[in-house]
Amino acid sequence: MSEKEDDRKPFLSKKFDKFFTGLANAWSFVRRFFSEVFIPPYEFKEIIHQCYRIGVESLPLISLTGFIVGLVFTNQSRPSLSEFGAASWLPSLISIAVVRAMGPLVTALIAAGKVGSSIGAEIGSMKVTEQIDAMEVSATNPFNFLVVSRVLATTLMIPLLVMYTDFVALMGSFLSVNANEMVSMSTFFVQVFESITFLDIFSSVMKSILFGFTIGIVGCYKGYNSSKGTEGVGQAANSAVVISMFLIFIEELLSLQIVNAIRGM
Amino acid sequence: MEEKVVEIKGLKKSFGDLKVLQGVDLDLHKGENLVVLGKSGSGKSVLIKIMVGLLRQDAGMMKVLGQEVSTLNTKALNALRLKIGFSFQNSALYDSMTVRENMEFPLVRNVKNLTRGEITKKIEGLLDSVGLPQSINQMPSELSGGQKKRIGVARTLILNPEIMLYDEPTAGLDPITCSEINNLILEVKERFNTSSIVITHDLTCAKDTGDRMAVLLDGQFKAMGTFEEVFTHADDQRVKSFYDYNFIHS
Ligand SMILES: Nc1ncnc2c1ncn2[C@@H]1O[C@H](COP(=O)(O)OP(=O)(O)OP(=O)(O)O)[C@@H](O)[C@H]1O
Ligand SMILES: [Mg+2]
Repeated sequence: MSEKEDDRKPFLSKKFDKFFTGLANAWSFVRRFFSEVFIPPYEFKEIIHQCYRIGVESLPLISLTGFIVGLVFTNQSRPSLSEFGAASWLPSLISIAVVRAMGPLVTALIAAGKVGSSIGAEIGSMKVTEQIDAMEVSATNPFNFLVVSRVLATTLMIPLLVMYTDFVALMGSFLSVNANEMVSMSTFFVQVFESITFLDIFSSVMKSILFGFTIGIVGCYKGYNSSKGTEGVGQAANSAVVISMFLIFIEELLSLQIVNAIRGM
Repeated sequence: MEEKVVEIKGLKKSFGDLKVLQGVDLDLHKGENLVVLGKSGSGKSVLIKIMVGLLRQDAGMMKVLGQEVSTLNTKALNALRLKIGFSFQNSALYDSMTVRENMEFPLVRNVKNLTRGEITKKIEGLLDSVGLPQSINQMPSELSGGQKKRIGVARTLILNPEIMLYDEPTAGLDPITCSEINNLILEVKERFNTSSIVITHDLTCAKDTGDRMAVLLDGQFKAMGTFEEVFTHADDQRVKSFYDYNFIHS
């Protein structure tokens, strides 16, 4: 559409137009991912490199946050449970809260901030400095090399990181329970595993895969479509974080509904 | 007349209301160095991007090695791109990779069954010919502008292109480095027997490297011929001023 035609439209309709063209573009980007993911060449080296990078980038922050979340949540829940003389239920409560909700959510939000923004910025700067064009003119497929490998890496790594966060958070919680209720590690973990079901673990893994996919594809999409100039790179990184966090919350809500429906069956 | 490797007729390209190319006609002959001159924003980069299918024309013909670029499918386009070396205005080196990885990137993905030794030998040979054999393990961020340009050229040469497109190879470089790059362009033509298009605003570069000049003005080629033909008998005042600016003001 030409600029002139665009100018004549009222403000709101322009906004709507932009929103829906954006949505259509994003959708075709996702479709392109699925059409290229199974086609060789497979960039194994790049996928492994990205997995490693994602792990290194987010591990310190995730360790710290997971541990503190477990510890603080336990300490905060203790008074209310003690009121009913149910302090011995702390491990069960914590394990349900961590495995079902907090582990995946905390990990995904941190990864969205660390990994999503760095993917957005990296691909964005490759776009504006014509590195993506350079790949294209040397008859290689930049989408396969850059996007497919990164999305696969986040999809693979976030579930692993979630398991790690779960473990660290439970350790934080154990520290508090051990100090206050004198519960041994084996007793603590027996209680923890008794209270979570297969469905909890399964849904947590599925959710994490979805979160990982979201972080990767949003970061790549924003970077790949960033506008010219260094400003565009910053914007790409920023909106990659905002949009993936927003989507993660929506997905969390939806998966809660689905899991509750299954549980009710 | 010699064989035409690039044939452009009535080529038009606009971005929204901005008319960039408005009926460009141009031929590039085999083994020839053609210099394209024109001021900033005149559409020189757009022209060669259409040549490799990074952009698509609105109208007109763009035939490269006998094929109309805009009608090719991905596979055919990639096959064509292998025969074209595109040296970007800002080098476009992959900045997360070393010089070696930069040069390997197109090679290992397009030429199968090469041993490590063959790849290294090829890379070292090309780095030698651009005069930077010691840079093989450096990152692009550790290179100067001129060095980046040369690595960029070496990277495009690795697939033995038949046509080289240089987008402002000397822009922003000092006169000595400029003349080094000019020599490199001439050497590439000699050694690899390529036909080239060299885009520049720099008339010294144009004079040294070009067999023929073409001046892009208002989206069309207004003057074409050897350096003397274009500039000593310039009818168009703007072509003349191009010359005056380069040789009087600087
Ligand atoms: N992808 C694009 N989208 C919109 N406009 C573009 C695009 N590419 C180029 N243009 C516009 O086309 C015009 C010509 O651009 P081009 O890059 O070809 O100039 P140039 O002749 O190479 O100039 P320079 O010497 O500064 O590199 C410019 O006004 C530019 O803004
Ligand atoms: Mg240009």
